[in-house]
Amino acid sequence: MTSIISIKNLTKTYSNGFHALLNLSLEIEEGEILALLGPNGAGKTTLISSVCGLLSVPKNTITIGGFDVSEDYRKSRSLIGLVPQEITIEPFETVMNAVSFSRGLFGKPKNSAYIEQLLTDLSLYNKRNQKNMTLSGGMKRRVMIAKALSHEPKILFLDEPTAGVDVELRKDMWDVIARLKESGVTVILTTHYIEEAEEIADRIGVINKGELLLVEGKNELIQRMGSKNLLIELQEPAKKIPTSLSRFNLTLSNDGMQLNYIYDVRAQKTGIVDLLSELKKASFKLRDLQTSQSTLEEIFVNLVKE
Amino acid sequence: MNFFAIIAIYKFEMARTFRTLLQSIISPVISTALYFVVFGSAIGSRMEQIENIEYGSFIVPGLIMLTVLIQSVSNASFAIYFPKFLGTIYEVLSAPISYVEIIIGYVGAAATKSFIIGIIILMTATLFVDVQIKHPTIMLLLLALTCVSFSLFGFILGIWAKNFEQLNLVPMLILTPLVFLGGSFYSINMLPPIWQQITLFNPVVYLISGLRWSFFGTADVSIHYSLLAIGIFTLICITIIGWIFKTGYRLRN
Ligand SMILES: Nc1ncnc2c1ncn2[C@@H]1O[C@H](COP(=O)(O)OP(=O)(O)OP(=O)(O)O)[C@@H](O)[C@H]1O
Ligand SMILES: [Mg+2]
Repeated sequence: MTSIISIKNLTKTYSNGFHALLNLSLEIEEGEILALLGPNGAGKTTLISSVCGLLSVPKNTITIGGFDVSEDYRKSRSLIGLVPQEITIEPFETVMNAVSFSRGLFGKPKNSAYIEQLLTDLSLYNKRNQKNMTLSGGMKRRVMIAKALSHEPKILFLDEPTAGVDVELRKDMWDVIARLKESGVTVILTTHYIEEAEEIADRIGVINKGELLLVEGKNELIQRMGSKNLLIELQEPAKKIPTSLSRFNLTLSNDGMQLNYIYDVRAQKTGIVDLLSELKKASFKLRDLQTSQSTLEEIFVNLVKE
Repeated sequence: MNFFAIIAIYKFEMARTFRTLLQSIISPVISTALYFVVFGSAIGSRMEQIENIEYGSFIVPGLIMLTVLIQSVSNASFAIYFPKFLGTIYEVLSAPISYVEIIIGYVGAAATKSFIIGIIILMTATLFVDVQIKHPTIMLLLLALTCVSFSLFGFILGIWAKNFEQLNLVPMLILTPLVFLGGSFYSINMLPPIWQQITLFNPVVYLISGLRWSFFGTADVSIHYSLLAIGIFTLICITIIGWIFKTGYRLRN
């Protein structure tokens, strides 16, 4: 996989001196769906704005399709469609005009067939001659998406596409994203819904306080979620783990009173029975057993708490 | 050059003009007609000729300038302020377009609109008074230059303004007095000598005088100074806009 967006050591300081992003580096692969998670004020929108040209960025920090966003802005920006977090739309324009305007802005000649298809795909076709201000919030959001897709971008940024959106529209939105992915579009979205990231993303990034804490494939994360911890409390402290137990990859706590075993719940043999009999053979005296599971939510909460 | 973008912005802005046709074109026409009724007919009939020109005809160039200046500034400032206010400016900033293209689109549309209004006022004037234009080419050139340079000025104002109040402040507090004191309704020769000197610092004097020259062949200051003044003003505006875009002032953080 080649990266289509490459961000190297991006630091963004607002004019009031606030550091919204700190030395952030991120490679985004062509054709993937990347979900960015992070609490309010983490810097997600700042990151997107830096990539999309809304904020000024120093040379040699961000490239899109190999083009530097500050040097080769024409080429880099023409690859991108952006749906910002807030719904901002010209109230008095019709849907059709607003979408055609966007296409023109991005330097593309008129193509009625494409725009009509796009509006149809987003269930906006029969609203095409309506003024934007007469649309519902969900429809306005679709118009924003249509505007972002009007120039056939290779990359789509969606800043909280499903915030304040009903269940049905959210499912629709997921379908739209899935179709885009099929057609080869790279999608970067931010969300506060962990289920959403789980549902549609290929990779998940977690941002907090301007720093990227993690970027990992969703499946690897789910792997982690699928694993359980078995905590074994001992009656007497153990000095070390006997070699007969080495295949279980146990970890011993500092005080020697606890052993920790990680196993995969979905595996056919969890190894618990074997472990317990080996422990008995090695004459460990057990006080208690506890199991726990880490969810994506837990990983997330642990990552972002101080 | 991203021509499609320039056309998109220009068309978008012109469509906005035609949507609000009533207020953008009818209202200047009505107010001009009122000026003619009050100054041209009511007061003008009791006025002497100025430099052998009937007072009603004498005020035509000044009235055109008055409207064109204020319209150019308010059209262009509103055109860029409104997307800033709504937040829709994000799209222009994220598009593969250069500053020059943004300006050609927005300023071009604002200037076109005020040029059309200027011509409409001229035609309205012919309904009330006798209007003859000695140098029509120079007249059109001056009018077009004025529309462009003051639309550039309006564009700067629209970027600078943080709220609607500031947006209205400059036209009201600066532009209107300058235009009224710029000789719209009188020849500066009619002022006391000291005020004649002070008036020469008012750039609008040169515009009105230049336009009056294109109509009647006589003016307060030489046409060359008029052209020079408008050239300098345009250059200053372009320099400021260049700086705005280079630094991202109030557009890009
Ligand atoms: N124009 C600005 N000037 C100063 N500080 C800003 C500006 N815009 C954003 N910030 C600050 O930068 C930080 C990151 O903001 P950002 O909008 O990127 O967060 P976010 O992750 O998108 O949050 P949310 O989930 O609420 O949308 C916040 O602390 C915010 O207050
Ligand atoms: Mg945000």
